[in-house]
Amino acid sequence: MNEERKGLKEKITNSDIWKSIFRHGYEKTGRRYTLQVLQNVWLHLHPPRISRHALNFRFTWCMGGITFLMFLVTAVTGVLLMFYYRPVAEYAFSDVQALEFDIPFGMLLRNMHRWAAHGMVISVMLHMFRVFLTGSYKKPREFNWAVGVILLLITFFLSFTGYLLPWDQLAYWAVTVGTNMARATPVLGHEGPFTPTDIVTQANDVRFALLGGTIVGPSTLLRFYILHCIAVPLVASLLMALHFWRVRKDGGISGPL
Amino acid sequence: MEYFLALVKKPDNVPILAILFLIPYFIWLAYKQARQTDRTGVPSDAALNDKVYVWPYLCRNEFVCAIIVMLVLGVWSIMIDAPLEEPSDPAKTPNPSKAPWYFLALQEMLVYFDPWIAGVVLPGFIIAGLIAIPYIDINPKGKGYYTIKERPFALAVFCFGFIILWIVLMIVGTFLRGPGWNIFMPWQYWDPHKIVPLTNVNLSYLFGIRDDTTANFFGFAIVAGYFALGPIFYFWKYKTSRFLQELGLVRYVIVSFLFLSMVALPIKMILRLALNIKYVWVSPWFNI
Repeated sequence: MNEERKGLKEKITNSDIWKSIFRHGYEKTGRRYTLQVLQNVWLHLHPPRISRHALNFRFTWCMGGITFLMFLVTAVTGVLLMFYYRPVAEYAFSDVQALEFDIPFGMLLRNMHRWAAHGMVISVMLHMFRVFLTGSYKKPREFNWAVGVILLLITFFLSFTGYLLPWDQLAYWAVTVGTNMARATPVLGHEGPFTPTDIVTQANDVRFALLGGTIVGPSTLLRFYILHCIAVPLVASLLMALHFWRVRKDGGISGPL
Repeated sequence: MEYFLALVKKPDNVPILAILFLIPYFIWLAYKQARQTDRTGVPSDAALNDKVYVWPYLCRNEFVCAIIVMLVLGVWSIMIDAPLEEPSDPAKTPNPSKAPWYFLALQEMLVYFDPWIAGVVLPGFIIAGLIAIPYIDINPKGKGYYTIKERPFALAVFCFGFIILWIVLMIVGTFLRGPGWNIFMPWQYWDPHKIVPLTNVNLSYLFGIRDDTTANFFGFAIVAGYFALGPIFYFWKYKTSRFLQELGLVRYVIVSFLFLSMVALPIKMILRLALNIKYVWVSPWFNI
């Protein structure tokens, strides 16, 4: 019986189909450990080997990885939420209500999306804190630190644009307060210093461009929805790819060299 | 107390409660390692060449970490529901209106500065300053390990900015600001009709200047003099300081400007809270 099973297993793992999918076996050798990383699209951003201290939680805090994990969670739950949500002022609020009361696991889905987003903001701040405390921004990682700062801003902006979408009082006024700052932009905002008020008015300043109106309204909802679901995640993904690539190319995770 | 408890129970404030524990924990963790490095010296190269395979060692760590985080997130999502208030109504302004929690440090700055500074210029400086850090910090030491002794100034500035000016102000904005954006202690009743006498005066007024033009020049002199402290210090100490000579004028100007801009916030806070100063510089175009 055992012999038979072994024969069958070998038959399968030696077949052309199996070998076309899996390029290596599972023997416990350094060669296989290397191939495991090199030949896997999801793992190949890792180097085959790293210094031991990079495994140390006390050193890394795992915060960069957690940030990425939170981003993936928001991406998956976000796509699912998009099936049930219409970014139209008449429907938005009731669609969120429907998510809470009618749709199976809708509440859990929304909770996971929101808390993962909040978690991402926390972990990205802690990640920056750790990178600073260990001096990991120093040569040759200066540029990657700059990319990281942009990604921090993008995280805030992703969270902020998503904040409006439930279209309730909390969302509406938080975004109103947040975007009111743009009024006071020097030169470009209609209440800012040095603004040529005969040219720059409430109806064409930088806040108008952000809101698509003079107050937070239906066009703001659509704008924020598109920014939140398409534009900003795209930019974030590109910059994350750059960020991870540079971590590797700048010599991996920093250590006392 | 009930108002404070209501704030604490708000689901969107859970992250702040998490931060209250996470930040001290990680500061303690970093401090312990920094003390150890400072006592025993930087780990030698030998330890560094000790390499391990990513698969299985790192991937295993990542996997376990991901499972733990997903568990926490799962429990969090089951236990606490995302908030949903009444439908939005442009005609019904809540008091207080608060931005999302991660912007509350910026909203807190609005108390002390006009919107164009608190909402646009200072955030711009924060971003520019963060990006500039690797280019103005020329200290080659302290790369890849925790230390205090080898980079005390950089650590002090960053920790002051991050912990005091960002995290603490965020917590103040979340838990202590009530109607009218007034400070309410946790045990206090949130009185929407609380009257706070606005007795603030401009700095020039305090010095007995009543004429607008003179006040304008006075304010300009104060602000310009404040930012001139940087260059003055440079030329005063340049001959004797190796550090300044290595840093160079351009880097130094950027460092001192960003540093003075950052310190301007607590200075303005103290001026406002202790001396009721409204503006330091009143000009026909803007007020600082």
